[in-house]
Amino acid sequence: MSAAGTKSVKMPSVAKSVLDLPPEGKRDLYRQMLLIRRFEEKAGQAFTQSKVKGFCHLYIGEEAVGVGTISVLEPRDAVITAYRDHGHAIARGMEIKPLMAELFGKATGCSRGKGGSMHFFSKEKNFYGGHGIVGGQTPLGAGIAFAQKYQGTGGVTLCYLGDGAVNQGPFHEALNLAALWKLPVIYIIENNEWSMGTSLARSSAGLPLVNRAHGYDMAGITADGMDLDDVRVKTAEAVALARSESQPTLMEIKTYRYRGHSMSDPGKYRTKEELEAHLAKDPIHLYQQKLLAAKVADQAWFDKLDEQIRAQVQEAYEYADASPEPEHHTLYEDMLTPEDQIPEIPRGNYNHF
Amino acid sequence: MQTITMREALNQAMAEEMARDERVFLLGEEVAEYDGAYKVSQGLLKKFGPKRIIDTPISEAGFTGLAIGAATLGLRPIVEYMTWSFSLVAYDQIVNNAGQIRYMSGGQFSVPIVFRGSSGGGLQVGATHSHTPENWYGSVPALTVITPAFPDDAKGLLKAAIRSNNPVCFIENEKLYGFKGEVPDSDTDFLVPIGKGKIRREGDAITLLGNSASTHRAMEAAETLAKEGIEAEVIDLRTIKPYDFELVAASVAKTHRLVIVEENKPFCGWGAQVAYDIQRKCFDELDAPITRITGLDVPQPYNGKLEAAVMPNEERILAAVHDVLQ
Repeated sequence: MSAAGTKSVKMPSVAKSVLDLPPEGKRDLYRQMLLIRRFEEKAGQAFTQSKVKGFCHLYIGEEAVGVGTISVLEPRDAVITAYRDHGHAIARGMEIKPLMAELFGKATGCSRGKGGSMHFFSKEKNFYGGHGIVGGQTPLGAGIAFAQKYQGTGGVTLCYLGDGAVNQGPFHEALNLAALWKLPVIYIIENNEWSMGTSLARSSAGLPLVNRAHGYDMAGITADGMDLDDVRVKTAEAVALARSESQPTLMEIKTYRYRGHSMSDPGKYRTKEELEAHLAKDPIHLYQQKLLAAKVADQAWFDKLDEQIRAQVQEAYEYADASPEPEHHTLYEDMLTPEDQIPEIPRGNYNHF
Repeated sequence: MQTITMREALNQAMAEEMARDERVFLLGEEVAEYDGAYKVSQGLLKKFGPKRIIDTPISEAGFTGLAIGAATLGLRPIVEYMTWSFSLVAYDQIVNNAGQIRYMSGGQFSVPIVFRGSSGGGLQVGATHSHTPENWYGSVPALTVITPAFPDDAKGLLKAAIRSNNPVCFIENEKLYGFKGEVPDSDTDFLVPIGKGKIRREGDAITLLGNSASTHRAMEAAETLAKEGIEAEVIDLRTIKPYDFELVAASVAKTHRLVIVEENKPFCGWGAQVAYDIQRKCFDELDAPITRITGLDVPQPYNGKLEAAVMPNEERILAAVHDVLQ
């Protein structure tokens, strides 16, 4: 674990300004992590009640990664991720009611009930999804950064992928393009050690994964995903490099998911001891201990916050449950953007009966 | 009017649209310094510079996805495939990302993008380089698929495609790049409507329906038939998805016979959809079964004699017409 780049890229020094956060800022980061944890627990519960259908991949255990990385962004920056997207959406500031409603497939969902768990989106928050094909979002991330540079917005892009995505071809094509064209994108491998039921050792040659930055002559850094401050500092370095020099970075953040790959996965491929060792490093608990020690908050504050968040999540659950299903007429809506430079393209009716 | 090649018409379309909209840019293999593998982008680098005419590595999945990502932020990319056969390695990007991001996001993110390049068989480039993929992309709900046959349509349709706020697959045919035709002068803002076919030859005995190079095969067959006293109507579909059902139906109401000429393979080819729709909605108008002449259901052979047999050729079209007219 070193902040030094894998090549001669000198990472900007930002640690002091990133860690020098007022107490309310630290408390808010804790709040975000706990909100994700409680949201995910409720989503899992709703899945077992058959209120949430399809696939549902929970972010429990990985909260410090999403919250830490996104906490160093500006509103003009962009975020894009894979299908384990609830945590990133919440960290990006999306309201949890439309998120829960999306899980329930309701009209009030953030994608109007058409995306589901794996396809959260928010244009307002520059949250570019929520993508279901492993690694398929990585060229898109390069493209968003390309457009930021083309238009001179000064924004940067965070593009997440799991350790299971690193062997997909498009990821390597994206890394090459990002380095070749100096795009302001940061690829973040959320390495939770398991691509579904296949361990990292059984899926990937050339470990650690951050070494893949070498081949593309780009900065590569690692962070401890159970340590919120470490995640924040390392990400801030990469963001500064992207923003000031338009240079991409590959980050490998070591983390762990406490639940199965999805709600349908009991996780029998790993030992109890392995899980317990990681539970002992729970990122939320560790950060709580840190804030207690620094007297940023006392136990009563934490207890009250948990109570508030549980109520907030329950409210989101009830909102989602009470929300209407999408009307049938919305079926064909949202497929195409209205035209404004040419006549509307007629749409054939290929649907009989 | 000017008389120019298909290649020049496509070049003019891109140059004109790039001049009127800063958000439009072209990327692909050899489009810039090499001036285009088929010279469609000739001179554009000189005119617009390397920010907007961009050579990519051989990396179709990567640069296709990159362009789609850029489109979601508001740029209007034109992605050139050296041949559409190479788009197969980018199929996930085109289908899942260009084709579905808007729907999956509940309408929040648009993808204004044009994918274009050469396609088709008949030039002895073998099985991997001879695909006609209009039916592959036509089966994706949100994708518009255009296959021009003449220079004027190529120009007017490409300009319209670039101005569209939605993803368009613009599938050119390598055999036609040198084909010359009359095109309105560049000082007129010439657009051809997407989704409209065109009657290229009038007749009342039978309707021949084609697209891209197949329209030319149909035209040649129609000339031969005219010498036999059979006046065939030839429709160029121009846009495959959505196709101009009304135009085809009106022609069938006149001729009562339909032969479809398509280069793609028979199973799930675009002609199957047209044939289904016409039999379903115009059953009483038909005096004979609808017949399709397609590429034969084998990989494209290299040998010239064998490949000629695979292509929809005049001999096969005439045989179909005579069968239908019996």
